[in-house]
Order: sequence, then C-alpha cells, then structure tokens
Amino acid sequence: MYDGPLDNPRSPGLRRRGFLAAAGGAAGLGALALTGCTGPAGATAGGGGTPRRGGKLRAAFAGGGASETLDPHRASLFADAARAKALFDKLADFGADLAAEPRLAASWEPNDRLDRWTVRLRKASFHNGKPVTARDVLYSYRRIADPHQAFRARASLEPLDLAASRAPDQRTVEFALKRPTAEFPNLLAAFGAYIVPDGAQDFDHEPVGSGPFRFVSFTPGRSALFRRNDAYWDGAPHLDELEFLVANEESARLDSLLGGQVDYAHELTPTTARAHEGRGQIEIVRLRNSAMQSFAMKTDRPPFDDKRVREAFFLLADRKELVDGALSGAGEIGNDLFGKGYEYYADGLPQREPDLDRARHLLKQAGAEGLRVTLDTSAVAAGFTEAAAIFRDQAAKAGVRVKVAMGGKDSYWQDTLDSGTLCCYRSGAMPIESHFSQRLLTASTTNATQWRHKDFDALYQQAQSTRNTQDRAAVYARMQRRLHAEGGFLVWGFADWILGTARTVRGVAHRAPANTLDWARFDKVWLA
Amino acid sequence: MTGLRSWLVRRLLLGAGQTVAVVLLVFALTEALPGDAAVALAGDQPDPGRIAALRETLHLDRPAPVRLGEWAAGLLHGDLGTSLTSGRPVTSYLAAGFGPTLLLAALTLVLLVPAAGGLGVLAARHEGRLPDRLISAVTLALYAVPEFVLGVLLVAVLALRLGWLPPTAVGYGDDLLAHPAALVLPVLVLLARPVCSLTRLVRAGMIDALASPYVAHARRYGVPGTRIRYAHALPHALGPAAQQLARTVDWLLCGVIVVEALFVIPGLGTVLMNAVTERDIPVLQGLAVVFGCTAVVLNLGADLVTHRFVPRTGEAA
Repeated sequence: MYDGPLDNPRSPGLRRRGFLAAAGGAAGLGALALTGCTGPAGATAGGGGTPRRGGKLRAAFAGGGASETLDPHRASLFADAARAKALFDKLADFGADLAAEPRLAASWEPNDRLDRWTVRLRKASFHNGKPVTARDVLYSYRRIADPHQAFRARASLEPLDLAASRAPDQRTVEFALKRPTAEFPNLLAAFGAYIVPDGAQDFDHEPVGSGPFRFVSFTPGRSALFRRNDAYWDGAPHLDELEFLVANEESARLDSLLGGQVDYAHELTPTTARAHEGRGQIEIVRLRNSAMQSFAMKTDRPPFDDKRVREAFFLLADRKELVDGALSGAGEIGNDLFGKGYEYYADGLPQREPDLDRARHLLKQAGAEGLRVTLDTSAVAAGFTEAAAIFRDQAAKAGVRVKVAMGGKDSYWQDTLDSGTLCCYRSGAMPIESHFSQRLLTASTTNATQWRHKDFDALYQQAQSTRNTQDRAAVYARMQRRLHAEGGFLVWGFADWILGTARTVRGVAHRAPANTLDWARFDKVWLA
Repeated sequence: MTGLRSWLVRRLLLGAGQTVAVVLLVFALTEALPGDAAVALAGDQPDPGRIAALRETLHLDRPAPVRLGEWAAGLLHGDLGTSLTSGRPVTSYLAAGFGPTLLLAALTLVLLVPAAGGLGVLAARHEGRLPDRLISAVTLALYAVPEFVLGVLLVAVLALRLGWLPPTAVGYGDDLLAHPAALVLPVLVLLARPVCSLTRLVRAGMIDALASPYVAHARRYGVPGTRIRYAHALPHALGPAAQQLARTVDWLLCGVIVVEALFVIPGLGTVLMNAVTERDIPVLQGLAVVFGCTAVVLNLGADLVTHRFVPRTGEAA
C-alpha cells in the first residue's frame, strides 16, 4: 500500500502514541507559495549556501525496538522507511504533489490499452558493483508479491501480472497488467517497493542496495550506521556518514537534539515546535499536508445511509476550531476531500463552512431530529481524542448527541474498519488515485466508509483507461465532486509533520509530505 | 543445617511453581487482549487478506494451547522461541536488553546500600533532632516525586540549562561505560525513591534496636557506641531493609521503563514495552520467565539474609 506508517502502532514508548502521535504545527499556506521548483533544492531549510562535503549526520527517529529490520520490503515504521531509502532505491518515488517521479526507472511507456508498460532502467549499480538489471527488478517484485509473505507493498502491486511480465534485455522490463492502469507509475513508487539484488533474502547482516549510502553496521532498536556511496547514480551524498538513532520518546528526541547529541529529530509535537520555533537554538521544519484528519461515516448503515444526514454532519463541523484544538493549530482546514495540494485535487470546490441551521433542516428532513451517534476514537493518533471531544460539543449545538467511545490503540484500525457507524480516521500521504482504489471502491480492502457504488467504480476504471491526463483529471474531478457532496469522509484538516534540526544542518526539504521522496532524504543534506 | 536445606528446597519448588504460573498468566492475558501480532503489525492498513497472511506466516492460525505447548517444549531445551515480528531468537532480545539494565541496577545498588544505610543510622542516632527531621523531611518529599517528573526536571536543569551532563544516552548503545556522564542522571533518578524508602526502614529498625534490652545490656558492659551501632543494632535493622532491597533490585532489573524511555537506554524495560505493543508473545513469555526467576531468587536471597542476621524472627513468626 502507498500509505506509510504515519503513526504505526508498533512504535512503543510510554504509550506515547498520544505522544508522538503528534502531528502538528501551525496552519498556513506559506509553504505552498514556495512551490515552483521540483528539485530537492527548491524549498529547503537553513537557507541555501554551497553544499559542503563531509561530516556525520545523526538522525533520531522513533523505532520498533529489537524487531527492527533492514529488509526494505518489510519496512513499516518511519525509521524503517528512512533507512530503506538510504540503502535502496525504488523505480519511482513521489514528489511533493504525490505524482510519481522516475528514480531507477529512466522512463516508462504504455501500450495503447494501458495494460502493458515498458520500463527502461537507468544505469545504476548496487553497492557490490553489480549493475541494477531487469532481473533484479522482477525478483524484487516477485518477492513482494509472494502470497506466503505479507509484505506491505503487495496490495499495491496487485494489478501486476508478474508471471506474464518479462525482461527482454538487461535494462528493459515489460510489465503485464491485469487491467488498464493509467496510474501505473504510482505502483512503482509504492511504499516499500524497493529494488534488491536478485536472490537477496538476508538483510540483517550485509544488505546490498543501490541507494546513496552503503551499509556499515546495524543494531536493531538502537543504531544504524551508513557511509556515502561515491558511485551513486544521482550524485554522491554530501555527508560522509549517516547514523540513524532510535529514541522513542518525543522528549528524548528533543532533548538529544537540544543537547547536541543528534542533528535531526523526526516527529516533534506542535507544542515543542511553538516553544522552539524562531528561538535560534534549533530549526523547526513543518511538512505541510502530511496527515489527512477526518471522521469516517459508514455510509451503508443508519443514520449515515441517508445522504442528508451526511451533509448535515459536514455542516456541523467547525474545522478551524478542530485544527486549533485537536492539532494545536499545526495544520490546515480540510474540505471533505483527501489530498489537499496533491495532483488532481479538486481545489475549485467551495470551502465548506459550518451552517447549523441548514444542518438542523437537513436532519429534520431525514427524520433524524434528536439524533444520537457513537463516535469511536482512540489515542492511536495525534489529536484523535481531542477531535472527538470538540466535535461532540459542536454537534450538540445542533441537537445531535454524540457519545465518544474510547477504543484500544493496537487494534483500533481493525476494530473500526467494518464495525461502528462513526469513527476518527487519518491517513498519510498517497496519490488521490490510491486513496480511491484502496478505500472507496467496492473491492477495496480498507473501505472504512463502506462506500460501494458501481457507478463510482466505473468512473475509476474509466480514469484508469484514459490515456490523456486532462481527460483523466476531469474524471477524477467528477469523482471528487460526488465525494464532496455526499461521501463518507468528513475531512476536517491536514496536519503538519514536524521535524527539528540542528542549526548546522542544511538542505532538508521543507516541501515534502511525510512518505514522499524528499522526506527523510539525507543524500541532499549537508552540514555547514 | 538440614532444616535450612529443606526450607531452601521448598522455597525453590514454590518459586518454580510461581514462575510457571506467571508465564501461564502472561500467555492467557496476552491472548485475551484485543487483536494479535498480525493486527498490531497490519496497523492502519487492516486489510483482512494481509492480516490472514500475517497470521499464517506467524503461525497464529493454530490454536493457543498448541502454540503454548510448542513454546514450553522448546523451553525444556533452553530454547525460548523466536520473536513473532522479527523471527530472531528471543534469547538475543534478552541478551541485548540485559546488559544496560544490569549496569544501571548494579550502579544504583552500589550507591544505594551505603547511602541508605548511612542516612538511616544517622537519622536514628539523632532521633527527633535536627538531622533526623531534615533527613525525614527530604526523604518523604523526594519519595513523593514520580520518576518521570524528577527525570524531566534533572534533564532540564543539569543537562540543558547548565550543560553539565548529556541529556540522554542516545547513540551510546551497549557501550554505556565508555560514556559515564550519560549514566549520572539515570542513576540519580533510579536512586531517588529507593534511597528514601530504605532510609526510612533502616531508621525505624535502628531506633527499635537501639531501644532494645540487649543494646542496653551491651551499653552497661561498656561496649563502645560505634560497635553497638554497627555490630549489634544494625544487623537487627537490616532484616526488613533486606526484604525491601530485594524488591528494589527486582524493580531495577525488570527494567525501569520510565528511566529507560526518558534517557534512551535500550534495556529490558524497552524490550518489554515493544513486545507488548507488538503482541510479541514469545518475547513476553521469555521476559516473564526471566523476571519470574529473578524475583524468586532475589526474595530467596533476602530471606536468607534475614535468617542470618535475625535468626529468631523466623521461629517467632
């Protein structure tokens, strides 16, 4: 799946999930103004300056203890993903707008029916000097798709017919697909779809990748030390060495950053950001649009099987208050659609405002006056319990009684997938198309709003069979208008992802939602 | 001596039984938790197909008694099983976490015993006067401060404000001894509360002992004060303190979760926390066995100490 471990339950700590569940920061559109440049040099921290070679950067992440692995296909934590990115490459990766950018793939070309894609590999080599070939690509994808394993990217690669795919020469792969897939490049950029050498199985001892850094040492749950790969195809990193350190508590990551023990701390809270922003001691980096925050209404059961009730709920929410209260202001308001700022986002739709009178009117029409609903929540992600309490009070103003039910953290996602009627929901960055295919089609495996409509499925298929980008965008716009009018996701906000860096660290991308190419990317970072 | 030996055998058997009970309880409780390792691993992508595949690869699809039985059979060969989430042997988890925790526990203990003994005796000698009142007030107040609060305070002042000590042990890994400065704050936090409780116990025991007829008798014989205090009265005061000490060591060894998390010390507490979140039952069971055995042996040791210093208490009880 494309969805990264925005807030993976494996990360431990003092059940600081409430903790570190922190995704926060201040709202604003400033970052978007910086767009324009696609390269990592575009919007970066610490101003510019000429990159200086050398030095060792120590980066602190929340981790998964002794269970951590360097197997890039098994990556599920942010720490895993960041380490995998340093050692390995994917064929493509997501830019800041979640459109796929070529990486190991130099180009991709579909046939007329969009169900056969020819990918040409760039000239790149693994750390042992062997070239990256089509065989390695097919091996990697077949390993991910192994039905006896449960690799995270398997569902994303589902459209591939790997048995019928082949390698006509060393640097060409012909992918056969089970159906037309216009958005095929998204699959190459899928979370965890890394290319490993043909036959590789053991990644704990001497992992060999084609990434910007080479393996030096690894102790699960503590540290991973990598060294610059001078032969990297995208230019050798500026840093001599890169060390990943694990500190599960947010306070520990912050303390070690303040104390100069690390140079980069991943995942800080909005409170921390406010306390240290602009003080000059450390740099605070806010990655906008990283986490969609919403309430998911089950559209197949009362009271939400009536679209008037769903619309009424859209109108009950005071989004500004939710962002200020539940995210400590570290985010932007949402408009009941996933993927603000991403490619194909329907930004032309009017922003929804609270309208209690109309909400009351709609509820009355639907015969749902004095409605009582249970809202499932859990401390599994930042702001969930706060958002639930705030929404309860907002709904009460229109006479809707919302009962907040606290659920466990470790099984929350599974518990709320099919049961309940209303729950707190959030998602990491992924292309809008992936959000549709994973959550909003009849056959979607994680359809939390139980949104199942044949005509909606048909529109999705139509988009996937449409070669022309503008025509495709028009289909996506239609789908989004429908979701905006009567969908099941009440998307109230988009949380920032907050990092802290030492003042000497330069080249950290500012405009890279968590899980995209430039997020946690250290080959373009240098120490001043 | 035969009495002592049969007592020892009975205690060991009882301890083994207790350990087995703990392991069974841990297994039953982990089974009763909502979700399992597959659900925990699937996280926010609870795709039913993926959860089923995970269950199959983790062998969670087999009935609980079968899994428990296989684990117990392995235990008889000294095999604690393999982790569900990483596939690495449980013993490697324990070995990795044991070093840092043991180091912290040992350092704390080395400082704890003389500090608590000295303060307790000092307070008892000056019962009701300024030193006693001072020691009592400080120990009572300090005892009321939770580890977390104390740790945050110490880090804020000593590490971040004054810059005397590193705020965490991040990046030092196993080699904590090479960075002794990083150990100061964790050990201070660990010491804070046990010092208080032990000092109070030693003080109370000493006051009792100093007021006892045999001490009065020794005084009448003209035995010097120091000798009375340390050779006659102190051993009497050590009985209850030894019991408390055993519990403290147990607490230290079983991983002081707060301190480990706060200072990023990768010990057993960290292993435990991770195993719980991941529903990694084999690791939890391995920890339960180790913790169970440690608790039994330590309490046995404490009872032996009590036996040695205060022989009559056993018979009187």
